Amino acid sequence: MSGAAARAVPMLGALAVWAVVAHGNAWLDIVNPVLLPTPLEVGRAGLELAASGELIRHFLTSLGRVAQGFGLAAVAALGLGLLVAMCVPLRLMIEPVIEFVRPIPPLAFLPMFLVWFGLGEASKIAFIGYTTFFPMFVAIAAGVLRVDVVLLRAAASLGASRADLVRRVVLPAALPGIVVALRVGFGLALFVIVGAEFMGADAGLGHLIMEGRTFFNPAQIVVGALVLGLLGSLINTLLLVTERRLIRWRPEA
Amino acid sequence: MPPKIQIQRVGKSFGAANRATPALGEIDLDVAEREFVCLLGPSGCGKSTLLNIVAGFLGPTTGTVLVDGRPVHGPAPDRGVVFQEYALFPWLTVSGNVEFGPLLQSRPAAERRSTVERYLNLVGLSAHADKFPVQLSGGMKQRVAIARALANNPSVILMDEPFGALDAQTREVLQDELSRIQRVEHKTILFVTHSIREAVYLADRVVVMTSAPGQIKQIFPVKLPEVRDRFAPEFTQYEADITRVVREEVAKVRE
Amino acid sequence: MASFLSTVPELMDAGLRGARLPRGRSLALRLGAIGAFLALWSLLSGAVVVLKLFNPIFLPGPWLVLGNVLDMAVRGQLWVHLAATLERVALGFGTGAALGVGLGLAAGHLNPVRYVVEPLVEMLRPIPPLAVLPMFIVWVGIGETSKIGFITYATFFPIFLTTVTGVRQIDPLLLRAAQSLGARGVGLFTRVILPAALPDILTGLRLGVALAFFVIVISEFIGAEHGLGYLINDGRNFFLVPQMLGAAVVLGLLGYAGNALVRLLERRLNRWQHPA
Repeated sequence: MSGAAARAVPMLGALAVWAVVAHGNAWLDIVNPVLLPTPLEVGRAGLELAASGELIRHFLTSLGRVAQGFGLAAVAALGLGLLVAMCVPLRLMIEPVIEFVRPIPPLAFLPMFLVWFGLGEASKIAFIGYTTFFPMFVAIAAGVLRVDVVLLRAAASLGASRADLVRRVVLPAALPGIVVALRVGFGLALFVIVGAEFMGADAGLGHLIMEGRTFFNPAQIVVGALVLGLLGSLINTLLLVTERRLIRWRPEA
Repeated sequence: MPPKIQIQRVGKSFGAANRATPALGEIDLDVAEREFVCLLGPSGCGKSTLLNIVAGFLGPTTGTVLVDGRPVHGPAPDRGVVFQEYALFPWLTVSGNVEFGPLLQSRPAAERRSTVERYLNLVGLSAHADKFPVQLSGGMKQRVAIARALANNPSVILMDEPFGALDAQTREVLQDELSRIQRVEHKTILFVTHSIREAVYLADRVVVMTSAPGQIKQIFPVKLPEVRDRFAPEFTQYEADITRVVREEVAKVRE
Repeated sequence: MASFLSTVPELMDAGLRGARLPRGRSLALRLGAIGAFLALWSLLSGAVVVLKLFNPIFLPGPWLVLGNVLDMAVRGQLWVHLAATLERVALGFGTGAALGVGLGLAAGHLNPVRYVVEPLVEMLRPIPPLAVLPMFIVWVGIGETSKIGFITYATFFPIFLTTVTGVRQIDPLLLRAAQSLGARGVGLFTRVILPAALPDILTGLRLGVALAFFVIVISEFIGAEHGLGYLINDGRNFFLVPQMLGAAVVLGLLGYAGNALVRLLERRLNRWQHPA
């Protein structure tokens, strides 16, 4: 497990630097110590939030929104991605439209979603769905289109029908690309959920962070940010492990 | 007995109607049952195109191909193919690959198992049944590809420069293997190559093609024993005769 | 429906992509697709009015959006907000890029710098930059500085990381060859390491620009008086949906232009990679 140890050392180092800077600042009073919370203060704030159940509530709220939005988008991206890859005229028509909409940052549509869906869960879930759909769709379609013709030919000369080709060649061959697309999509969902929860939310890690700002409690901001970072790391590692398990057979690119 | 493969006035051009590049001139060729025929020629002479048409991957611009008396309309299990790039399914094991054809034809599991066993034994890869293609060498991969094609019991086998991606030693080993397998299985084989030596070693007949647009320049029946000696004077004589004819065509391409 | 999807013979010939279309037809198809999209949108918004599905304010047609944008352009409003956004992005990205490339080159080349900077970066990396925005606001208040500082922070990471990778991934063979030709120290750096790392650095810059436009909106939602993001959020108050959509599209165009600019720079400086 030297990999994990190798990652832990720099983190501990960073933690040490943080502690030194924060405590040093508090002692020398260079900057208002409230603005530069020490690891201890952050830890205390975190424990308080955890004890009151607040932390878990916000955590699960954010996770729930991400999971639902991502889930919907993933299903749509997979279905549409496959369809578009199998139907040339459809692909040629959809491609330019996607190129047109893609450059607009998804966060620019957040207020639109708030107008359309109000301030409740639906707007956040729909927004996450919208944000993650396009990159996943594009990546999945690209992965499917990359399937080598020679594999299709080999299968056909072994007796594969069109349905066989899709089920037994296209899908397995595109699987690595699909898994990567899903991993990237989930990462993007975590990225934007914070922003979505800054505005018009009364729960969630993003809201927790924003609250820290409103009530001038930087320690709370750090707690929220760290929990988010942890969540992201954890999920990313999980997905990477799943990815590696699923594709033991992958040829060296 | 009617010929296994009948190529009748097959021609192929690529591109739009008025700007078409002819790749194949009119080809007429019959391949008898159990015959091993090599298509030999310089790069670009259309030999792979012709094979692809017989396989059903491309449609001819003119003419038809008949296999077992039936016209070819697309790929089908009666024409097994071995590709230069192996085309093994990387997500399946060696057994999984060989089993693919029988699986598509809904053969019962027990029958599939014995088929896979038989053909892995034939190509000498029984010990590697559970490996993935990424773990195999080029020579081993091609042997799996041959086993996979054979396991589906096709009427004919089409091979497109199957040993082209292998180093010289492995290539000769596989030629020996293929020769041995043919003596056991007695398949009808249409084999594309640009190696004269390979063609003389394997073929019953060598079809030399002209440069683009490819046509049949000359056909050499090879009257050598089943097990061939690459250094026998008769062998070398065939090589020399064929080389002379091929050189003419290569010179034309360079002009 | 069966022939709507690619048939087996089609798949055999050209694979899933299908045969390439001649240039003219491909262009016509692209324009046609966008035209069809706009037509469908117009149709939908019209249907909402006619069929009284819901308040038409929620789905204005493309012409209303365009009209709104042009109106703002003529009245000068658009330019004020556009300039505000552009200024923040430019300053933020510029600083982030300078720091990212500078520290990246140093960290990639000199081990002591690397051992100091890398742990900090690794610790901060998993935290979504957006989560840090409120911190900036607490530190520096709701002003230009916090926004620009935030953009700097956000763009720093991809640029720093790709620069470090670019420097580290230089073929050691190249370095040995250069050294045996007499290159040392500063000379080695400017003549070998820098040019070799340039493609990766430019990729990082391109990512940085995209990220800058990605995150600028959110910082303009919170405590801004000017900017395209402000326009979008402000539209919420009176359901000025055409304004919201229009500003979003303009922002998209800006992002596209920024990306195109970096790509142009890439092509110029990387001519040795793609001589064609």
